Amino acid sequence: MSDTADGQITRAPRRTLPEGAFAWALIAPAMIFIGVIVAWPLVETFRLSFTDARLGGENYVGWANYIDLFNSGKFYDIVGRTFYWMFLSVSLKLVVGLIGASLLNAAVPGRALFRVLVMPPWVIPIAIGVIGWKWLYNGYFGFISGILQRTGLVADPVSLLAQKTSAFYAAIVTDVWVGAPMVTLFLLAAMQGVSRDLYEAAWVDGAGRWYRFRRITIPQIMPVIVSMALLSAIWTFNSFEIIWILTEGGPRGATTTLIIDTYKVAISSQRFGEGAARAVVIVGLLTVFSLIYLYFLNKVYKHYGAK
Amino acid sequence: MMDRYTFLQKVGIYAAVALFLTFILLPFFEMFRVSLRPLDHLMSTPFRFWSDDFSFDAYRQMWVTVPLLGRYIVNSIFIALSVTLMTMVVVVPAAYAYARLKFPFKNASLGIFLGVNMFTGAVLLIPLYRVLRTLGLLNSYWAMIIPGVAFLIPTGIWLLRSYLERIPRELEEAAYVDGASRLYTLRRVVIPLAVPGLIVVSTSVFIAAYAQQFLFAITFNNQREYQPLPAGIFEFVGYQQVTWNEMMAASLTGILPVMLIFLFLQKYLIAGLTAGAVKE
Repeated sequence: MSDTADGQITRAPRRTLPEGAFAWALIAPAMIFIGVIVAWPLVETFRLSFTDARLGGENYVGWANYIDLFNSGKFYDIVGRTFYWMFLSVSLKLVVGLIGASLLNAAVPGRALFRVLVMPPWVIPIAIGVIGWKWLYNGYFGFISGILQRTGLVADPVSLLAQKTSAFYAAIVTDVWVGAPMVTLFLLAAMQGVSRDLYEAAWVDGAGRWYRFRRITIPQIMPVIVSMALLSAIWTFNSFEIIWILTEGGPRGATTTLIIDTYKVAISSQRFGEGAARAVVIVGLLTVFSLIYLYFLNKVYKHYGAK
Repeated sequence: MMDRYTFLQKVGIYAAVALFLTFILLPFFEMFRVSLRPLDHLMSTPFRFWSDDFSFDAYRQMWVTVPLLGRYIVNSIFIALSVTLMTMVVVVPAAYAYARLKFPFKNASLGIFLGVNMFTGAVLLIPLYRVLRTLGLLNSYWAMIIPGVAFLIPTGIWLLRSYLERIPRELEEAAYVDGASRLYTLRRVVIPLAVPGLIVVSTSVFIAAYAQQFLFAITFNNQREYQPLPAGIFEFVGYQQVTWNEMMAASLTGILPVMLIFLFLQKYLIAGLTAGAVKE
């Protein structure tokens, strides 16, 4: 090479940032964004929770908001309901998602079309889908009550959102409807990532379909199932629009979860301090829940040997 | 051979798929049914599945009842697109840093980003309201775009990082050896290679941004002309009566543009999910 003949490389010395500084420069915009819009309001929420802030002004009141909260029996009902709501809804989303993904994974004609038809609840505004459900649940004009009356199962119109128990389970069904398609598609993606060799080896050995599903599919996609469960759990816990549009937390509090309660106190009644105390409790509960969950997630990853 | 089903198994699979899809599509059928019927027939008892006088009148009348309907539909798409664009601008460099570079506090800062995923706007509404007021962004498009971006950044970083990790390092190293700067390598080598991943991640961000506009819209914005569809649709709930048939017609019409886009994109989206989300 001509330029190395005289021992000189004719290349301008590169002026580059050290790797660490360059990396932080790349992260900075995201960090600043999160800092202003999430972190600072979070700190502010903690501060407000020790005040009696309302529209007029605010005074420091110490632990009063928390003491009120923990002394009210209603609050424990709401916490219990929130966790019940979360566990039931997430379990159903996973079961429906797993069944749906297995069906869409079956090698039958038309499956490409079925995959497209599963997507709508996921890609439309949540509020729009919930409006559809609200009508379905209507006792006089809705489809569900209509079917029940026509088939003679019930004599009179049943307004599913008007009774405490049925309203709660109706909200669960809608929440599963909103969440299941995404779980389905992610589990389907995971199933298609499982190596075919495993199935073929098992098939040669005479393993049936159900055995292959139990002993190959499930263990292979377990890490994805577990991470979807965590994501769904957090989203379901925080779910606002579905309950708000269906029932606004009613009837008589039957669908009031922590998020709905917080919104009602903080925004509807504009008792900012008390609302902030509830928000802090939510943050605490979610943190504890996630840490416990991540601990188990780690174990699952180790057990199934995924990276 | 292995994938062959008996006739009965096939019947079983199709029956189960039909049941599953009925659950998924039932609200859409119901909305369509409601949108075709005159309001007084809709509101008649006893319950009837169909009435004889179907009409598409609601699809005409809805533009009169809620004059800004077209604006709401466009607003929804505009807000979701803006959120997606801003999120990606912030997420791409950050995801690259987490995928490739070594730097102090890497795991700790990634943990902070993922921790943000635990909160939604609903928990932070009051202080968020004050921040937006301080920044002078209340009652504008920004009031819905900025919080939307913040809560989608973590997911974006997380998804894109795993895509970038799969791009072979050798290409970047070759560019670096040839004297390209780090930023040049990112712009001219990494980003072009990551296009499939960028499409999937930005589609996911768009879906999330489009699906969840209701809360920020009803809390941070009171200007009707900026309202997105999920908030504007409630204008059909009038003082006198709810024009349900028009509300359903407007809902279906409003989601139509995005549904059509997805019909074209779904092949890439499903392929991208299949290729991406699994092998971390």
